[in-house]
Amino acid sequence: MSETWINILMVAGILVSLLTLAAELIWVERRMLALWQDRLGPNRTGPFGAFQVVADMIKIFFKEDWIPAFADKKVFIIAPAIVMITILMSYAIIPFTSEIGIVNLNIGLLFFLATSSIGAYSVVLAGWSSNNKYSLLGAIRGAAQMISYEVFMGLSLMGVVMLAGSFNMHDIVMAQKHSWFIIPQFIGFVIFFIAGIAETHRLPFDIPEAESELVAGYHSEYSGMKFGMFFVGEYLGIMLISALITTLFFGGWLGPSFLPPIVWFLLKMFVFILCFILLRASLPRLRYDQLMALGWKILLPLSLLNLLITGAIILYYQ
Amino acid sequence: MFSNLRSIFIVFLHMFHKRVTIEYPEKKAYLAPRWRGRIVLTRDPDHQERCVGCYLCAAACPVDCIALQATEDKDGRRYPEFFRINFSRCIFCGFCEEACPTDAIQLIPDFEMSEYKRQNLVYEKEDLLIDGQGKYHGYNYYRVAGVAVGVKEKGKGENEDKPVDIKKLMP
Repeated sequence: MSETWINILMVAGILVSLLTLAAELIWVERRMLALWQDRLGPNRTGPFGAFQVVADMIKIFFKEDWIPAFADKKVFIIAPAIVMITILMSYAIIPFTSEIGIVNLNIGLLFFLATSSIGAYSVVLAGWSSNNKYSLLGAIRGAAQMISYEVFMGLSLMGVVMLAGSFNMHDIVMAQKHSWFIIPQFIGFVIFFIAGIAETHRLPFDIPEAESELVAGYHSEYSGMKFGMFFVGEYLGIMLISALITTLFFGGWLGPSFLPPIVWFLLKMFVFILCFILLRASLPRLRYDQLMALGWKILLPLSLLNLLITGAIILYYQ
Repeated sequence: MFSNLRSIFIVFLHMFHKRVTIEYPEKKAYLAPRWRGRIVLTRDPDHQERCVGCYLCAAACPVDCIALQATEDKDGRRYPEFFRINFSRCIFCGFCEEACPTDAIQLIPDFEMSEYKRQNLVYEKEDLLIDGQGKYHGYNYYRVAGVAVGVKEKGKGENEDKPVDIKKLMP
């Protein structure tokens, strides 16, 4: 088989498995939330209720795909596609193992930061085109939140980049052969985790789509598969942030050799996905100004400080 | 900060708690004996209908879901000619049971009465009438009532004295 075909198969395989995993995450989240709320969760369809997602997907495909008459139709349709495309594009740089991975970019981390910034457009455009007060409010909040958290999301990763001396994800993983970057970069990890939650607008930072105050915010006018794309996009985002934490701070696919590398990667990733769900189960939503204050007044200075100290230590030992 | 981490940990520990869910069709929930569910019409210990067709239940019903028509048999005993409860309207408040002077109408612990058609929720007398005495045992209205309608002769009822012979002087 020629190299092109292998690449095409790789891309298709990763795409299909990612979408399946993201859809199945909906079921995982419902079961886990139920577990932490002393309930059982969906357990009827298929083994342990795992086919619940299939049933939901069938339902969502057959729903009326309604576009409000007052909406800006073209933008309304493009917006949910943007969130899927940008997040799926970010997966291109994730090295699942040393062999499995779409592209080995030497600016991998920058590429992720760039694409995740484009993701903010989907929120803004969705809220804008819905032509609805609540949606617009949600979009404004979402845009402000994503832009402000983007700043120190990038800064918190620079410590890792300094330690590894490269933006390349493969190099970053290989630099963690002896010890994971969580140990020297603990503050960076915490900041990146918080920024990642805000980036995927998950609870407790889900103020752009706060159900109780904004009626689902920017996607309140969406129905059918367009809503489904926002929904799956959210779970893809969770997986992306978890995969990035695994690669950047927890040694990616590296691990004792009794398990294959891909299993190590997925195992670590799954732990962080569960952390995301646990946060949703336990913490209430922040107020909007609290979120902004936390971002600009605490996390940004902290990440700069982390950067300064890391740089100083690296310089000292050179 | 610490309290947040603490609450996350507490929620995590809930993983090992007992589930509160009862998996319904396989496992049934406990229903108290006084649970107000499906309405039945009961019979007295002599296996006769308790209902005397007094219309008090229909009058007490806040949603007007009870319809009946009283009639008499050849002995003069009253009974409902038809008795109809529209369960699609019933709110299971139990006022009919409270109003009933003869303990005929009773609410029992059963709620599994779903139907695909609304009309199937209209229960007629043969659907409502059960063979037993329901929750209140031993009560027989016509054995304590003053009137003789073929159930007992005059003066033969419970707590009832023999009729006084007005032609005699002796007490």
